[in-house]
Amino acid sequence: MTPAARRLVSDGVSGLTFAAALLVVCPLLLIFGFLLYQGASAINVDFFLHLPKPVGEAGGGVANAIVGSVIMIGLAVAIGLPVGILGGVYLAESRDRRLPWVLRFVADVLNGVPSIVFGIFAYTVVVLPMRRFSALAGGLALGLILVPIVLRTTEEMVRLVPSALREAGLGLGLPQWKVSLRIIIPAARAGIITGFMVALARIAGETAPLLFTALGNRFWHQGLDQPIAALPLQIYAYAIAPYDDWHRQAWAGALVLITLVFLASLAARLATRGRSVAR
Amino acid sequence: MGDGIYVKGLRAWFGDTLILKGVDLTVAPNAVTAIIGPSGCGKSTFIRCLNRMHETVPGARVAGQVLLNSEDLYAPGVDPVQVRRRIGMVFQKPNPFPTMSVFDNVAAGLRLGGIRRKSRLQEEVERALRHAALWDEVKDDLDKSGVSLSGGQQQRLCIARALAVDPQILLMDEPCSALDPIATAKIEELIHDLKKELTIAIVTHNMQQAARVSEWTGFFLMGELVEFGVTKEMFTTPGDKRTEDYITGRFG
Repeated sequence: MTPAARRLVSDGVSGLTFAAALLVVCPLLLIFGFLLYQGASAINVDFFLHLPKPVGEAGGGVANAIVGSVIMIGLAVAIGLPVGILGGVYLAESRDRRLPWVLRFVADVLNGVPSIVFGIFAYTVVVLPMRRFSALAGGLALGLILVPIVLRTTEEMVRLVPSALREAGLGLGLPQWKVSLRIIIPAARAGIITGFMVALARIAGETAPLLFTALGNRFWHQGLDQPIAALPLQIYAYAIAPYDDWHRQAWAGALVLITLVFLASLAARLATRGRSVAR
Repeated sequence: MGDGIYVKGLRAWFGDTLILKGVDLTVAPNAVTAIIGPSGCGKSTFIRCLNRMHETVPGARVAGQVLLNSEDLYAPGVDPVQVRRRIGMVFQKPNPFPTMSVFDNVAAGLRLGGIRRKSRLQEEVERALRHAALWDEVKDDLDKSGVSLSGGQQQRLCIARALAVDPQILLMDEPCSALDPIATAKIEELIHDLKKELTIAIVTHNMQQAARVSEWTGFFLMGELVEFGVTKEMFTTPGDKRTEDYITGRFG
């Protein structure tokens, strides 16, 4: 092959990889652009500060749904994050072979379970005994979705930490739990947070499991044992309604949702720049 | 008088593979004992048995006795974590904690020991860094990340980290194999100074290094201690043909 031909092939392959990368980003840009186009007009200060208006009245907002989503995501994180991270560290650090294998398998199955099934589960263990829909049930359903994602990414990231660091800690006379907590987890921090953000983005947009756990609510948050509004639920309700004004609000709600997820990811990314081994 | 390690009938396995086939050896107090031998002869495994690091690898097993003075480190009820606090270790590749500053790296073991007072920590960290001949180079950069130092400085940082908790014994597993000759010379000089206060065992595949730094040398081959004796004698008049072949570079 002549140098010129080789350069041509090289440029061609580079071009292809660039095109592929562009293709990946395109849907995101298109979705974002479309949301802006459809929803931006309905976004104003009221949208963030007010409750939904009754049918027929113009204006109103989704403030209660934003608050509801934040509350349920908070619950889900409180339930799922410690379990996911500690479990992931266990999977990566355990010297046992059989139990981690089983857990890993179960986590992978859970990762593939349709989210509505988590909703049914929360419905059965929380909604039925309490005899009402509640923020608690919604938070539990979302938390259960969060666990296997965080678990597996944490495990992968902890595995990336060089064993030399583990040995440095053990060799210094640190007990295993302190090595994991003080050395391994901080070293894998950036990667663990990335996994957490992926999980957060996923549950922030979940609608199906909330339908029969949180139910939705047109008013402000009234306690964790009461039905509660959520952005995806509100979007769903507005989108299937026959009113143009509500459709616009659904678009706006989707835009707000995607922006919030984007900002959260950005914040996490900025907060974890710097010293870390696995990313 | 310093502390010594007395090894009796030490055997070690990885899974079903017997790595050490019964080793008897003495790490003499306030002296440097060098462990030499070709790759895969079990010298690293041997030194890792002395502070119970070998067993941290899945499937690893140890039998036999390792006495620190007269105390059996493998007796039932002995906490390996406590053993490792008393017998420090420096590894082949410098491995400072990447998420910690220079100061925090050295203080890591002290904080574990319950020392919280800032002034006391500062004192101890300075003492350890001076001890490791690193203080003058890093005293203005104590807040910088431990991994921002050069390779040789990182290894001396790891030595300071190990010294900070006042170990009775210091184990060094090929501490210079990742370093250039100048950094190596600094570490060797340091070993010279340190042996006045503590006992050192060093694994090395560099025979000149063994000859330079140690009083005693053990030659390992395929999991067995072939020869053990005074370094000078070993390098001038080896007692075993295999030792002679190895130190004259005929194999290994």
